[in-house]
Amino acid sequence: MTPLICYMLLAALLFSIGLAGALTRRNAILVLVGIELMLNAANLNFIAFWRYSEHPEALTGVMFVIFSIGVAAAEAAVGLALIIAVYRHYRTTNLDQVDSMKG
Amino acid sequence: MTLPFAMIAVVTLSSAVAAMSLRNLVHCALCLVGTFGGLAALFLQLDAQFAGLAQVLVYVGAVAILIVFAILLTRGAEPAQQPIVAGSWFIGVAVAALTFGSLVVTVITSSAITSPAGPKLDVAGDVTVKNIGARLMTDYVLPLEVVALLLTAALIGAVIIAMPNEAPDSKLKAESSKLKKSTNF
Amino acid sequence: MLDLCDQIFVLLKHWMLGWPIWPESVKPLVSILLSIVPIMLVFAGLFAIMTVLERKGLGRIQNRYGPNRVGPYGFLQFAADGIKALTKEDVVPRAADKVIHFLAPLVLIVPVFLAYSVLPFGRNMVPMDIDAGVLFFFAVGAATELAVFMAGWSSRNKYSLLGAMRAIAQMVSYEVPLIVSTITVVMMAGSLSTVKIVEAQADYSGQWPQWHLFTPWGFAGFVLFLIAAMAESNRSPFDLPEGESEIVAGYFLEYSGFKFALFFLAEYLGMFAVSGMAVTLFLGGWTAPLAFLSWLPSWLWFFAKLMALIFLFIWARGTVPRMRMDQLMNFAWKFMLPMALINILAAGLWHFLPAGMGRWMACSAVIGIPYILLGRGLVGGKQFAKRTYRFAE
Repeated sequence: MTPLICYMLLAALLFSIGLAGALTRRNAILVLVGIELMLNAANLNFIAFWRYSEHPEALTGVMFVIFSIGVAAAEAAVGLALIIAVYRHYRTTNLDQVDSMKG
Repeated sequence: MTLPFAMIAVVTLSSAVAAMSLRNLVHCALCLVGTFGGLAALFLQLDAQFAGLAQVLVYVGAVAILIVFAILLTRGAEPAQQPIVAGSWFIGVAVAALTFGSLVVTVITSSAITSPAGPKLDVAGDVTVKNIGARLMTDYVLPLEVVALLLTAALIGAVIIAMPNEAPDSKLKAESSKLKKSTNF
Repeated sequence: MLDLCDQIFVLLKHWMLGWPIWPESVKPLVSILLSIVPIMLVFAGLFAIMTVLERKGLGRIQNRYGPNRVGPYGFLQFAADGIKALTKEDVVPRAADKVIHFLAPLVLIVPVFLAYSVLPFGRNMVPMDIDAGVLFFFAVGAATELAVFMAGWSSRNKYSLLGAMRAIAQMVSYEVPLIVSTITVVMMAGSLSTVKIVEAQADYSGQWPQWHLFTPWGFAGFVLFLIAAMAESNRSPFDLPEGESEIVAGYFLEYSGFKFALFFLAEYLGMFAVSGMAVTLFLGGWTAPLAFLSWLPSWLWFFAKLMALIFLFIWARGTVPRMRMDQLMNFAWKFMLPMALINILAAGLWHFLPAGMGRWMACSAVIGIPYILLGRGLVGGKQFAKRTYRFAE
């Protein structure tokens, strides 16, 4: 089997790619995509650690990932609804132009 | 590093890079689907069947479609006129590189990983869905109820936030209700 | 002897695997191929026969013959259609997004074929017996929705995009009652594995089988599952996304020739897969309907039940008019989802009440009363004028 460190490096790489995208892209939806990538990288870490642990029958990693997937889906839904509401007001999803608090 | 892991890792990483750097938003969303698929394959390879299939069902089947709908509803499908990255993009990339560097250093020098006992090889018998269900109902019942509440709140909240604010024109309303009453087949 | 008939395909596979010409390292691959190739061929053949059967069936419902020129009584029509589809020119619109336009039929077909791998076609005849079989089936079903979007968007055609958005909204909405009505079966059988679900229905009380269909919650679940399945595969009466009289074939408008045939194939194969799942979950899989008939091979019963459900689909297509988009969505969220949730409650009651007439009355009441109330409540508000007829004078 592949050593645990490969999974961790892959997860770290995915996390940094998601972080880079979330910090650099202008479109609000792509920032959300970056956030989803970061969440997925963390899930991969959990499953890898669970599989290589001393007591995999405790199912801790799998439980955490199930809840994490559920919470991420809820967060994506609300985030996208917010983006649509902001678009309706500002007529743009460009984050550089959404820069004033007053309507 | 086995061959299947290497192949899946290459696919996942290239889809992730493409998802964050392509110009066309819909292409980004579709590459993101590739990333989710690659991750689901990795979960299945690690004997976490329920997590892998739930990943496909929820992320590919729901979150990706939500993202695509949001792109279409906010006119993101038209070609971008301005440069795609914010003005200070190199700071973002530098921060991400720094994060990656610190994560790699932590991973490589940690004692928990450099002295592994190897994975337990016969896990597949314990990881049945029945066990997951039993744990959800006994040890993790409180997080389960909280997540259920959270999902309900998110559902209602998303609908309310995305609903248009202004009420329809009152004249239009009267006309449409008149039409409804006189439907005859 | 009967056992030989029943297990003939399994024994054939083991015999072919035992030939000395395969080296040891190739044997797993050969085993996989021997499982997959017959399934693909059988269902592709079933698709071909079904196109003819459907056209003849629809024709008879509409008081006309179906196709009757090609071959005896028109049964070689599929060959003519196949040759036509394969030899047509493949037109790609100039403004279309070429990569996605090319990939969309592939991304649609692969998950549909994947879905067949957890259906038990007979005793010991499951290609892949995984622990979370039903979840696998619905996960790959969810992956097909993305291909619909890819097809609609890449054609750069307003009608295609509209059809694709409608199709995705419909598929996502009807996935919820589909999965919730499966939860009752999983709850009562105690496992997500399709093999165990069929085994939980394999007993007979006297001559009568213990299928899930013959319980109140199973019957309601079956009806809900079938309606949601019709909507998932964009079949009439839910075929607004591909309605010919409205948006001219919707999301696969810009496809011609072989790619159109692939879309068609994917739709029908999806219908077979979800019918196969309905047979597994509610109709007892490969078990015989009466105990004294269990000498017939198990795979024969599976395909007989599958054909019965397909006949039901064709019948519904020919008989029921098309639903409008808002009627469709209202139906899914306001009627089917509450009924599916009430069904779970009824199944729980069934489990805890002692066996007998009381259990039947209680569960039927729990399902029947909300059905009547919801039905009356959701229709209300429309006053229909008295029907008037105008005759020629």
